[in-house]
Amino acid sequence: MKDNAKKKLKKVKLKQIFTAVLSVTLVLSGLWLIQALLMPKYMHGIVEGAMIAEYYEEEKNHDVIFIGDCELYENISPAVLWKEYGINSYIRGSAQQLIWQSYYLMEETFRYEKPKVVVFNVLSMQYNTPQSEAYNRMTLDGMRLSSSKIKAVQASMTDEEHLIEYLFPILRYHSRALELEKDDFTYLFHKDKVTHNGYYMRVDVKPAGTVPKGRPLGDYSFGELAYTYLDKMTALCEENGVELVLVKAPSLYPYWYEEWDEQIIDYADRHNLKYYNFLDVTEEIGLDFQTDTYDGGLHLNLSGAEKLSYYFGKILIEECHLSSRRGEKALEASWEKKLKSYYEEIKNQEEQLSQKEKLSQEDNLYQKDNL
Amino acid sequence: MLFTSYEFLLFLGIVFLLYYIIPKKLQWPFLLLASYLFYFIANPWYLLYIMATTITVYITARAIERKKERFKDWYNSQKKQLDREQKKLLKEKEKKKEFHLLLLGLLLNLGILAVVKYTNFAISNINSLFQLFGGTEISFINIIVPMGISFYTFQSLGYLIDIYYGKYNAEKNPFRFALFVSFFPQLVQGPISRFNDLSKSLFEQHKVEWKTISFGLERILWGFFKKLVIADRILPAVNLIIHDTDTYKGGFVLIGMLFYALELYADFTGGIDITIGTAQTLGIHITENFKRPYFSKNIKEYWKRWHITMGTWFTDYIFYPISVCQPMLKINKFSRKHFGNIIGKRVSVYLSSFVVWFTTGIWHGASWNFIVWGLGNFVVIMISQEFEPLYERFHKRFHVSDKLYYRMFQVIRTVLLMSCLRMFDCYRDVPLTFRMFGSMFADFQVSNFSRESFLSLGLAGFDYLILAVGLIILVTVSLLQRKGSVREQIADMKAPCRFVVWYGLFLAVLVFGAYGIGYDASQFIYNQF
Repeated sequence: MKDNAKKKLKKVKLKQIFTAVLSVTLVLSGLWLIQALLMPKYMHGIVEGAMIAEYYEEEKNHDVIFIGDCELYENISPAVLWKEYGINSYIRGSAQQLIWQSYYLMEETFRYEKPKVVVFNVLSMQYNTPQSEAYNRMTLDGMRLSSSKIKAVQASMTDEEHLIEYLFPILRYHSRALELEKDDFTYLFHKDKVTHNGYYMRVDVKPAGTVPKGRPLGDYSFGELAYTYLDKMTALCEENGVELVLVKAPSLYPYWYEEWDEQIIDYADRHNLKYYNFLDVTEEIGLDFQTDTYDGGLHLNLSGAEKLSYYFGKILIEECHLSSRRGEKALEASWEKKLKSYYEEIKNQEEQLSQKEKLSQEDNLYQKDNL
Repeated sequence: MLFTSYEFLLFLGIVFLLYYIIPKKLQWPFLLLASYLFYFIANPWYLLYIMATTITVYITARAIERKKERFKDWYNSQKKQLDREQKKLLKEKEKKKEFHLLLLGLLLNLGILAVVKYTNFAISNINSLFQLFGGTEISFINIIVPMGISFYTFQSLGYLIDIYYGKYNAEKNPFRFALFVSFFPQLVQGPISRFNDLSKSLFEQHKVEWKTISFGLERILWGFFKKLVIADRILPAVNLIIHDTDTYKGGFVLIGMLFYALELYADFTGGIDITIGTAQTLGIHITENFKRPYFSKNIKEYWKRWHITMGTWFTDYIFYPISVCQPMLKINKFSRKHFGNIIGKRVSVYLSSFVVWFTTGIWHGASWNFIVWGLGNFVVIMISQEFEPLYERFHKRFHVSDKLYYRMFQVIRTVLLMSCLRMFDCYRDVPLTFRMFGSMFADFQVSNFSRESFLSLGLAGFDYLILAVGLIILVTVSLLQRKGSVREQIADMKAPCRFVVWYGLFLAVLVFGAYGIGYDASQFIYNQF
């Protein structure tokens, strides 16, 4: 009798444990699924939000890591660096990536790998305070949960934001339940790549017109916070035996002031860092802003990015003493695939462009006929 | 700290954990600490006000009680030597002294309330008079209105009056009394608890009880549903209609009126659900404040089911004392003598009710809108009362009182009547409210109810869909409540069904709640009272 009662009690307890475990599993998996569904996918249109997460899929043995904003991920082509110089590189960049975000991305990257060189684009030195929730999200949502992510969020939050909404993005994106699109279901469990080793390709052309001169500023000094993070970057690279190289991409706009440039030159001198302002050498690079930009000089198109990459690759080899890694079979195989997809995309974009031009010509003819 | 903020949830989580971890005898002192911290976080200056009320009411109540005890001892030792007349005189004299103490306590606290809440209202009225007759305008004063001051002041004064009438003994421990005044869940928007109702569960020791905690959490979740899914979602439309009065006239006024009725109900009852649920997770019982008010058949019944603790407070501490005070008895006698019994007996009731509704109005806010709203309720209730015999005859003649359609008619009539009166809550001033009320009929257009019109109110189609589903759930739950506690009904369900209900409600709040970036975090409406 006693044995039976014990068995019954044990059965009840087991049932209770099973129910509890099942309930928790159902709750958590349900929440995960809904969160995955509600999070923006960034697969079409604004794809910048999908860039940061792509890094985690990579084999992490890069020679060079580029860290910065659109002036890197739209202006440098790692495919050219590999093809021409055998340099294996990756761009960890996203739209309006602020310097503290770049710093924490660098900190996170060093946990995965120790590249020989880190290249940082200095445009974001102009920002000394958190800027915009939408841009923060595009950079930070893609980061995997780590202490670096938490610190990056804390450094980046505007007044209206909360850390908990980054840890549980469903709290931020719940309102998207009312605006779900086909992409949200298509890319629920997988995502397509939107970059080529962090490079966002555009083959179209929009010549630069008259670029407005920057309006005079009251104070040209970079902010204290921006300098603090630049110092932290310098220290972190030093600690990890990585060479930090500062660059200013050859984008005509946002305007890069002479006074800003002087401060960076001074900083680089004091810390024994290399600094390249590509705006000063556009002719040497061979950039033609009538053909090498897709948005009137803000960013380079494929042609411009390839020219700049060719130019900078030479510097990396000669001045940063990188050597070609061609001959590493696994790496070559991996790049072979990447280059294939790179050329396919060029072809795709060119086809789409010519179709667009054709349609536009037809449209013009139709309008003329009607007139 | 908004009840619907992450900070409050974090605060609640920490309080909850520590409350059940610490030794049980420390539970109530810990709650006092937590309550003061809650108030301190909102604004450190608030603490000064609540402490002033706590100290003055505590001292006055203790003084009244000590006086009672001393007199009782002395009286018992002397009563054999006193004749009946002397006894009566002595008792009256003693009562007068106690009354003076009571008056001191009342004046001190009503004085604080009047200064912080009504000074600028008084100044604005004086300035209006000056504008008419010419004179220098007085500048407004810059003063903090502490969160929930009307609630904790009335709760404390109710306690003081109860002590004066000897309903129960005064609390000897000042810290326990401080907790009664400041208990954080009810600090924001009530209910106005009575000491004898709240004190038992507030000060007793509580152990972890799954049923109490789960029921409390369910109640909190239900409150969040009402506030975030319904009240805050409809809020943009209400705001647009009541602020852009040039555009939103005619039928829009009717839409705004009904939307506001829904928003106010979901907001206030949602807040009270969170309050009661929070207290329940800590094992503390707080009196119910609502009993499905929108199912009332008349306005009198409505006021017995809406904001119950405020209604009973005004009845017990204003209506009855005024009705039986000496001057009122004299007026009653005078009017019966001069106007006859039928009219005479009504005079004192009318006068007492007038005072009650005037105070109810001004308690809600320092503006003429609220005073007119209160008096509007007074007029409607008095008219209903006068027409009651006529209704009775009508019901008997046509046998409709037990018919469903007639009950529905009565319910809809009450909702519409109350919603009309609530318009005074919404519009900027009294003349504008009357104008908009007039516009509801004068500028009425059927096109105001078109799809485009609804979509012009700042809500998308999905918002209306969520609101419609939310409303159906709200009505269904109210109907289920007639069979008894819904939480008990859920508890009786099989585990999978229970799971679906809880999880469904949780997901509804999480996904369809109007919170976070893109939505304005809205304060509870009654928080400002």
